[in-house]
Amino acid sequence: MSSIRPTDTTGSTAEAVPVPTTGQLVARQLDYWGRVYLRTWHGTLASSFLMPLLYVVAIGVLLGGYIDSDPAQLEGASSYLAFVVPGMIAGQVMTVGVSETSWPVMSGIKWQKVYVGQIATPLTVPSIVLAQLAFVGFRLFVAVAVFLLVLAPFGVLATWWGALLAVPVLILVGLAFAAVCFGFTAGLDSDTTLTVIYRLAILPMFLFSGAFFPVSQLPTALEWAAKATPLWHGVSLTRMLTTDTLAGGQALVHLVYLGALAAFGTWWAVRRLTAKLVV
Amino acid sequence: MAVAGYLAAKRPEPTVLPPAVGTGLVVRRHVLAMRNVWWIFATGFLEPLLYLLSIGIGVGALVGGFEIGGKEVAYAAFVAPGMLAASAMNGAVMDSTMNVFHRLKYDKLYDQMLSTPLTAVQVAGGQIGFSLARGGLYSAAFLAIMGALGYVESWWGVLALPATLLVGFAFAAVGMAVTTFMRSWQDLELVQLVVMPMFMFSATFFPVDTFEGWLRVVVECTPLYRGVVLCRELTTGVLTWDSAISVVYLAAMGLAGLWVCRRRLTTLLLS
Repeated sequence: MSSIRPTDTTGSTAEAVPVPTTGQLVARQLDYWGRVYLRTWHGTLASSFLMPLLYVVAIGVLLGGYIDSDPAQLEGASSYLAFVVPGMIAGQVMTVGVSETSWPVMSGIKWQKVYVGQIATPLTVPSIVLAQLAFVGFRLFVAVAVFLLVLAPFGVLATWWGALLAVPVLILVGLAFAAVCFGFTAGLDSDTTLTVIYRLAILPMFLFSGAFFPVSQLPTALEWAAKATPLWHGVSLTRMLTTDTLAGGQALVHLVYLGALAAFGTWWAVRRLTAKLVV
Repeated sequence: MAVAGYLAAKRPEPTVLPPAVGTGLVVRRHVLAMRNVWWIFATGFLEPLLYLLSIGIGVGALVGGFEIGGKEVAYAAFVAPGMLAASAMNGAVMDSTMNVFHRLKYDKLYDQMLSTPLTAVQVAGGQIGFSLARGGLYSAAFLAIMGALGYVESWWGVLALPATLLVGFAFAAVGMAVTTFMRSWQDLELVQLVVMPMFMFSATFFPVDTFEGWLRVVVECTPLYRGVVLCRELTTGVLTWDSAISVVYLAAMGLAGLWVCRRRLTTLLLS
């Protein structure tokens, strides 16, 4: 966005002010996002930590107690709890990713107009988008780390290295959703669409993309539809890692899919936010 | 003198609306407001249906069945009435806390209403009445789908609709009463901290005998459990005294909430 940078009107030949790179501009927003986190983290406790834990205990442990532990039926998991936990974490990172880039983005454009303020400084749209996604990545890291630490004593993580590898994978899953949701929201005029998107896209994905039961149980057409969703790729990859059933080729497909989605989302978000902010 | 007498004669009598008319007007206001966001209204019934298809049928295929009063039922038939009651609770709580708080604090909707001949009871009644009508429509749709899928095993199931209205009434009245004490959105988090665990553990997804000792007693004392048991006994046709206890419990809870609402709205808005 070179157009918004102050131009040298004096015509002097004094040393030119170096134009900061996008990386430097992103780093400049560190203190802003740090402050946002310090002021809001306690509000995320219930939704980020308590809720998933309640799901794990209610569905995984208590309802799971009535389910046969048959690895053949549970995609290689040794118990229903071990099956459902990766699904829950993947569903959780999707929720965190989407919740950080739906109403907050709407608010930045429309209600609090944070972006409008930011764009009036030397910050550029790509740096604003990347800084916010970096913040989402940090929030995802905290959520995933706490979740895995809490779950470790339940004995659902087959290997320590699988659990460790699951951390960056889950952050990628969350970021893929966050980036696409950022792009989607940046073009909206009203937040009522977000409610509908939640009911028609996010919730069905959470319930049918292999988090709670194997997608092979679905009718064939629906099974393929489920396998086309990003959440299924996230769940499947996470489950491979936590149950020690990693298959190289398939894992690569999942990674490429999620990486491509994150990249597309970021590009889309920059494009749509530019259209909103830069006239 | 003549002028004063003329004015006194002309001063209109303070209008008092019959309770039903006042309440009806408030309900009508909410219906009109809802028409602008009809798609939010229309997609509202999807949530319990999706849960039924996923947990009830998908996970149900792994679970097998449960026994209710000596009668074996499929897992979906077990879990569906639980969701029926839970979604009646969720809808009522959402409407009576989030929406009411917004109207009370930001829209100042109730202030405006009370500057008209409406009374505090009519305003509260209209609000709760609308919540019930909305929840009732969702419940009826869900119950019809349950019936079509073969998860309603008895004609007593027809009474599950008024049962969900009772659940909705109990939670809406208490929810609204609680909301009148709230200071900020942060206080609404506390509501979720009560509602979510109830949704998960009130024998919605698995039988109450999963719990033992005092834990089971605690679960049996929660209002959602009373609602779940009532709906489940009606749709499976296995009626016991538990249902009667539930009806009395929920009715008392709703009336108590309404009583507090009336007092609080009167002190908050009319003094």
